[in-house]
Parts: sequence; structure tokens; C-alpha cells
Amino acid sequence: MAELSFREAIAAGIAQEMERDPMVYFIGEDVGAAGGVFKATVGLFERFGPDRVRDTPISEQAIIGAAMGAAMTGLRPIAEIMFSDFLATCWDMIANQVAKTRYMTDGQVSIPLVIRTANGGGTRFGAQHSQSLENWAMAVPGLKVVAPSTPADAKGLLAAAIRDPDPVIFFEQKSLYGVKGEVPDGEHVERLGEAKVLREGSHCTIVALAAMTPRALAAAQNLAADGIDATVVDVRSLVPLDTRTILREVVKTGRLFTVEENPRLCGWGAELASIVADECFDDLDGPIVRITTPHVPLPAADVLEDAAMPSVERITQTVRGSLR
Amino acid sequence: MSTRVEKPPVAEVDRPTRLRLYQLMVELRDFEQRAYELFLENLVRGTSHLALGQEAISAGYAVAMRADDYTFCTYRGHGHTLARGASMAAAMAELLGRGNGMLHGKGGSMHLTDVKHGAMGSYAIVGAHLPIAAGAAWSAQVRKSGQVAVCFFGDGTTNIGAFHEALNLAVVWKLPVVFVCENNLYMEYTPIESVTAVKHPAADRASAYGLESILIDGNDADVMYEIARRTIGQARAGGGPSLVEALTYRHGGHSRADPAKYRPDTEVREWLSRDPVKRYRERLLAAGIGEAEVNDIETRAQQKVDAATEEARTGAPATVDEIERQVWSDGGAAWRN
Repeated sequence: MAELSFREAIAAGIAQEMERDPMVYFIGEDVGAAGGVFKATVGLFERFGPDRVRDTPISEQAIIGAAMGAAMTGLRPIAEIMFSDFLATCWDMIANQVAKTRYMTDGQVSIPLVIRTANGGGTRFGAQHSQSLENWAMAVPGLKVVAPSTPADAKGLLAAAIRDPDPVIFFEQKSLYGVKGEVPDGEHVERLGEAKVLREGSHCTIVALAAMTPRALAAAQNLAADGIDATVVDVRSLVPLDTRTILREVVKTGRLFTVEENPRLCGWGAELASIVADECFDDLDGPIVRITTPHVPLPAADVLEDAAMPSVERITQTVRGSLR
Repeated sequence: MSTRVEKPPVAEVDRPTRLRLYQLMVELRDFEQRAYELFLENLVRGTSHLALGQEAISAGYAVAMRADDYTFCTYRGHGHTLARGASMAAAMAELLGRGNGMLHGKGGSMHLTDVKHGAMGSYAIVGAHLPIAAGAAWSAQVRKSGQVAVCFFGDGTTNIGAFHEALNLAVVWKLPVVFVCENNLYMEYTPIESVTAVKHPAADRASAYGLESILIDGNDADVMYEIARRTIGQARAGGGPSLVEALTYRHGGHSRADPAKYRPDTEVREWLSRDPVKRYRERLLAAGIGEAEVNDIETRAQQKVDAATEEARTGAPATVDEIERQVWSDGGAAWRN
């Protein structure tokens, strides 16, 4: 095991797959000699050269379109969209073209494409550089949606996404880039569509994603001090969604709390709440509670941003209050 | 580069090529005509965008392409798809929503695709396929396959951002892609001149990308074939992309719903007199090709369309099993376990 930062793990995942498969190419803005604005791809340009690690103009439609055309014709491209907020500038490419072309052509083409993007808040960048947009992608049939919470998963899930034969939107929560953690040595590949139980308890199940996962774990620690024993599940992959694991854990504890960074409406937790209500209603001992950012654009000032996003304190208090 | 190519030197096109060009144009014409008749019978549902009058562009490029080259086209794409060798019966059946359709009923008229024949899709959001075609060209470039991507689009596309992004990227990366603007003078229902800063929406903008300005008669199959050979040859040889503006005219409206009453009669008459199919027929006869041979091409085209229509009409409706097939590469649509 080596200790890597989340950003180093991203670069390691890409390097592992580029080494393994000569058809893997990586394009985006400032990804070449600059190593990416978040420094998550440092060293790849030097190692794999300017043909396989290629800078693009600020042209998100061209980035995604080119990656799609290449994916349809034999490459396995990784395209970086610098901030997930910029997905809006190429949403036609993603939602109409990348997601639907396989289906509309009845399987004549495969689109093995990974779109990596820095997602979420915590960096005081304001409402156009901080959104948590995994729900946009989750709402479109034909896209897989992955959001890791640890360096090990950053590497292993990214490798799995690159090997996947279908398009994957890979959300990297930008406040996690500096977080360090153990990453298995040698080839490391996870499986898409498997949630991970990080902590087992008996009183409630807290399900979280990406940067909300460490917060849920910290809240569980606080709750333990109060005698509340919480299970914490890291969703990791919204599509495919590991409902089996989540339902199993909810049935065991009888309570579900979701911790979502996204604004309130139509968050992934709402879909999960619907599934749980449909399929294990009789096992519930109380209401399903969603802990989210309020339905507002994310403000920039530190005090405002911190108060808007689900915090360890808010998670702790909400769970404690609901179980009382 | 301020030069403008308006009349490329057209070498004498050889007889077999000319016959092939004519055959393709007649087939495309008859197919579209039949598709229109089937609308009137209410057999073709949804919308459909016919390319009647624009056949010389599809034929000229298709004949000049290598079998493994890529075609990317728009929702007005029946002709481009068929010109690459796609099954006419499967195309017609797709228009009719049949299970034996090219896409088993899941795409419809606006998305005809036949990857086996290099027809990489018909894209129905204006501009989207230009970057995608550039991507296929990028793939060909790095795989050193020698393939070229040809991307057809309408004049209206020149005013959407993806046009600019794709052209710029293609030039910067020197990609083997040919962008062909079919300027039929109308952006859907609106004269393109009234909504565009320059007179020639593609040719006048070529210099912005350091490209030669190419403005040609899109209703002349020989001219189209010649420019196709030149631009495809340049791309294949590593000389980078081209942007071609081919002037043409839709004989009908934008789509099924549009009777095209907004077009002046004189303009319509003038363009009908430049019908690429009729014009080419006259050229063949003038070149000494016997009328019997020309008639034979026409008869065979009709028979082919008749057979395709019959196959489509008698096909079973698309099956509901298809709904949850082929979202993913495992053939299914599962999003959860």
C-alpha cells in the first residue's frame, strides 16, 4: 500500500490504463504540460507524449464531440471538462449524442468514453464553479455516473470506468483532491455499481456520496458518543446503482438518511428514497430523511458556503433529532 | 488564403463513374419521392426531412469515398446513408416503424445509421455531428488507418457554436475530415441570408480557419465528384481538413409539415430548371451514352424502390421487446441491481 493524494490517485489510474491499453487517449483544457488546473494529471504528458495527452482549445463541445467520434471508431478516450459546471456548455453532446447514439442505432456503435470533471463545492468559487451536478447525469438514460470518495476508489473506479464499454461521467469532488489515503500497490481496478459499507451500526443507515462520505463518517463518530450506532454506506456509483446493498443495510437498521451535496430538488437521494419506500416500506421504523444543500445556487463566501453544504454538525444533529 | 474556388477544373469523368453517379442520384430521388408518397398514405409517422434536389452532393461524395471512410450527416440524411450502400429496404422499413427497420424502430427517419457501410449516423441536433466527425477523423489519424471522415450539414449549421469549435479543432489538429455545407438557401423556413453576417455562410468564413474558400455548384454531380476527390485526397494525404460550400436547393419544404409557401415562385422555377438529376441525364445523353442505357438505370432504380417498399410494408411492427435493449453494451438497459 502506498499513500497517495486523491489527485495523485487520479493520475495513477489514468497512467495504469494508458500503459495497459494503447487505445486510451486523454484530452482536455490545460491537461498537457500544465498537468491540469487541479494538478490531477501531472506527469502523464511527459510519460505518454503529446499525441496521447493532448491539449484542446476552450471548446467543450469539440472536446466531448471529438471524444465521442473517436470512441465510436476504436479509441477509448478520456475527456476532461475542467469544472462540472461547464458540462452545461456541452450538454447536447453528452445528453443527446453520447448517451443516446448507441440506443438509437440499436447497438451499432459502442461509446467507451470517460468524461472526468471536477465537481462540487467547498472551494469558495461561487455558483458557477461549485455545483454538484451528478444528478444531471443520473437523469439521462445511457450515462453511467461515478463519484469516488477516497484515493483508492479514485484510482480503482477510474480504471473501471476507462475499461467500461459505455460512457461514464466521472465526478471528482474538488475539495477531495488533497486528501490522502492508502492505495493498493500494483494494478487496481474496482467494479462499477458496487456501494461500499464503511461502518456497520444498528440504529440507522446513512448513505452518502463523494465528499459527503467522510462527513457522514465523522457524524457517525459523533453519534456513537451519544449512543447512536450508524451504518455508513458510500454509494460510489449512481448508475449503475447498487440498490441491493443499500436496501439490505436499510432493512437492518430500519432508518435511512441520505447526505447529498446537491441542491434539494431531484437529488439522487430522492430516487433512493422512492426505491426504499417502494421496496422495504414495512421495514422502516421512521421517515426517510434527506440532508442536502438548500435549493439555492451555491454562494461564494466561506461562511455561506459552509452553512449551505451538509456539514458534519448538520448531519449529526439531523440524525440525532430524527432518532430521538 | 483569399482565393475562392468556384469552378474546380473538372477532368473528364470516366463513363463507369458517370453511370454510377447517375444511378445513385436516381435511386436517391426515387426513394425520397416514395417516402413522400408513403407520408401521404400516413404510413410514415413522425417527421421526415427529404433531400429531393440535393442528390448530386450525396452521390458525388459517396462515389469518391473509400469503403471504410466515414459519413456523418444530419436528419436530412436518407440520401447520404443510402449512398454509402445501406439497405434501401431497411431504411424504408425504419421510416415505417417496422421491426425489420435499419434501427429496429428505435431511431426513425432522422437517425438512419449503417456502420457496416461507413454511415456513422444521422444527427438531429443541428451542429452536433461536426465535432463528432472531427473525433472520428482524430481516431483515424492516430490509428494511421488512412480513413477520412466526411461531414454533411446545412447552411443553418454555420451559425451554431459547434460549427466553429469543430472547424477550429480540425484545423489545429490537422484532421482528415471534410466539412460539406449543403447550402439550400433556407435555414428551415428562413432565408439563410437574412440571418447570416456573410453572403456565403461557409465559404466566406473559411478564411477564419485558414482554409481555402470553396463555393461550388452542388447541383452538378461532376463538380461534386471532382471536389470530393480533391478534398478527400487532401485529407487522406495528411493535408488536413477542407470546408466546402455546395449551392443547392430543396425541392420541397423543410420537413413533412412544411409546404414551403415562403419561397418565391421565380426562385423555385429557376432552381427546378437546375434539377441535378435531369441535368445529368442530359449530360449523359450529350456525351453519347445511349438512351436505352439511361432508361435501364431508371427502371432498375424504380424496381429497387418498389422492392424496398414492399419489404417495408410487409414487415411486422417493431416489437416492444426492443424498448429495453441496447442502452448498454451488454445489450440491456439495467441501471440497478
